[in-house]
Amino acid sequence: MKQTPTKKQRQKSSNGRPTQADGELSRWNLRLYVAGQTPRSVSAFRNLKEICEEYLKGQYHIEVIDLMENPMLARGDQILAVPTLVRKLPQPIRKIIGDLSNTERVLVGLDIQPR
Amino acid sequence: MSRQIRRNSQPLRSLPKERTGIPGFDEITRGGLPAGRPTLVCGSAGAGKTLFAMEFLVRGATLFDEPGVFMSFEESDHELATNVASLGFDLNQLIADKKLILDYVFIERSEIEETGEYDLEALFLRLWHAIDSIGAKRVVLDTLEALFSALPNEAIVRAELRRLFRWLKEKGVTAVITCERGEGTLTRYGLEEYVADCVILLDNRVQNQISTRRMRIIKYRGTSHGTNEYPFFIDDKGFSVLPITSLGLSHEAPTEYVSTGIERLDTMLNGHGFYKSSSILISGTAGTGKSTLAAHFINAACTRGERALFFAFEESQDQIIRNMRSVGIDLEKFVKKGLLKFQNARPSAWGLEVHLAMIHKAIDDFKPSVVVVDPITNFLAVGDQIDAKAMLTRLIDFLKMRQITGMFNSLTSAQSEIEDSEVGVSSLMDAWLLVRTIESNGERNRGLYILKARGIAHSNQVREFLLTDHGIELIDAYIGAEGVLMGSARSIQLGRERASEVARQQATARKQRELRRKQELYEAQLQSLKSQYETERDAILMELDEEQNRLKEAADQRLEIARLRKADSRGMKIDENGARKARKGAVR
Repeated sequence: MKQTPTKKQRQKSSNGRPTQADGELSRWNLRLYVAGQTPRSVSAFRNLKEICEEYLKGQYHIEVIDLMENPMLARGDQILAVPTLVRKLPQPIRKIIGDLSNTERVLVGLDIQPR
Repeated sequence: MSRQIRRNSQPLRSLPKERTGIPGFDEITRGGLPAGRPTLVCGSAGAGKTLFAMEFLVRGATLFDEPGVFMSFEESDHELATNVASLGFDLNQLIADKKLILDYVFIERSEIEETGEYDLEALFLRLWHAIDSIGAKRVVLDTLEALFSALPNEAIVRAELRRLFRWLKEKGVTAVITCERGEGTLTRYGLEEYVADCVILLDNRVQNQISTRRMRIIKYRGTSHGTNEYPFFIDDKGFSVLPITSLGLSHEAPTEYVSTGIERLDTMLNGHGFYKSSSILISGTAGTGKSTLAAHFINAACTRGERALFFAFEESQDQIIRNMRSVGIDLEKFVKKGLLKFQNARPSAWGLEVHLAMIHKAIDDFKPSVVVVDPITNFLAVGDQIDAKAMLTRLIDFLKMRQITGMFNSLTSAQSEIEDSEVGVSSLMDAWLLVRTIESNGERNRGLYILKARGIAHSNQVREFLLTDHGIELIDAYIGAEGVLMGSARSIQLGRERASEVARQQATARKQRELRRKQELYEAQLQSLKSQYETERDAILMELDEEQNRLKEAADQRLEIARLRKADSRGMKIDENGARKARKGAVR
């Protein structure tokens, strides 16, 4: 399941700088917390990217936070587990933990698909 | 117990320990928690787990200058700070001083969706960062089991917790992990499997509607520790554990005396009173003046300038002061001077252990030289006889260690054997006074005996004692042919004795007067006889004189006649002899 990530997929910011955003008005504000470049975090980012491209094209914004470098930030969103995806917008806040390998559950968790 | 950091001075062989600074706890664990290792503190809800953990950190920060991290899974920072503020812990100040970090890990189960694999690295990183940012030596995780309910995948949580404990050990921090107690198990999720070094169980048990907090060290690897259940309590100064069962019989025996406050009673006790630091039992039925005896004892101690502590389990302070004023003892002035302190509580207010703990604490705070417990029998209302006796044994040992003289009042019920002290503690006591009412002739009188006084030559007599407006007065009971008499019987008997005494005195005086009269009479008679004799003697002498003169004259006459007749000389001579004879007779 774990694949070697491509260079494009590894583009991320450790200091909270947004990654390449698709669209000027991002209705979907997503934040992915990871801890280091583990295979799990890499695959989580890849899975997220794929889902977003498929379902939210042009209206999402992903921010990747590496807690290895910024452990302080874990307090803000009450992060315990990594990887954790936080849906900051639209409200309410939703959290999805795990490597996001189950696309269906991610869609349910993000309220893209009804439960 | 000195609160210094002793970790460095401990021998290398033994397990290094981290002093918690919690009063009493470091004594039962012989030095504190295992340093650099996690300790599991389990107990049911409300047992005091969070407080124990928090005090471990606060004391570490304030007493040993060891910063700490408190990671809470249940209460927010604000709630925690507010909760412990009532114990005098200023968390916000400690946080500002970088001595403490509170990290509230809030998990909202409904917000979380799980998809695929994950680990708890984020939590570890949070903890790691908190520890490193202030150089923490102590860590608390309260209550870690919240993870089990927050995260659906128990297998992951277990694996991660195992990793966490290993990691904490590597990090070398002394950690306290609190856990809910499960049904029949120490912890609900079996965390004791992972934390195997030290397990402490906190318990809050209700017996006879009275709750008692107890603590037990279930396991402490690599060290000896007290194995008993130790009572503890939480008051306005935090946690206190009472390692009081560890006392032994190694106390010193002073030879100074302590006055009882009643002169005649001191006289009965070899003239000095009780030995210092001895334990004195005063038993008696209701209304025999036990409390008044105690008040005298306190009065004497405070007058000497010593401190006295009065544990009253039946009366309030004001009531005792008022009642003692009626017998002429002013206790209030000693209270104002700070020499006397009352500790009043109903026995049913707490369990026995807590009572003992409170007494300990009060004694530690006030440092008295004399303690009165009035009455000990009320403890039977809280526990059974075995518990009450065990508690008193520990109290007596404690007082002896501190060289405190203790007076214990014990109420005997009227039906029971008079020498039967209810709690069965008489063998523990050094001295035992018995006050009882003796009923006869339709009245009750108070009698006082000294049943025993170890090491003191004491009077074996019963004394009657009176409660007067100037205190207790001891009076010799009348012991005579009619037995022991007390009260009005004694006074009647004494009156009767006085009357017969007076009569005897009068008879003696009469006899003396008679003797004097006889002597006078005799002397007068002697005088008159003497004068009579003298008169008679004079008369006889006079007659004799006249007779002499007459004889002389007759001889002279005969001589004259002879001369006139010119008688011969021979005849003359005879006559002369005869005349001489006559003269001689006259002289005689």
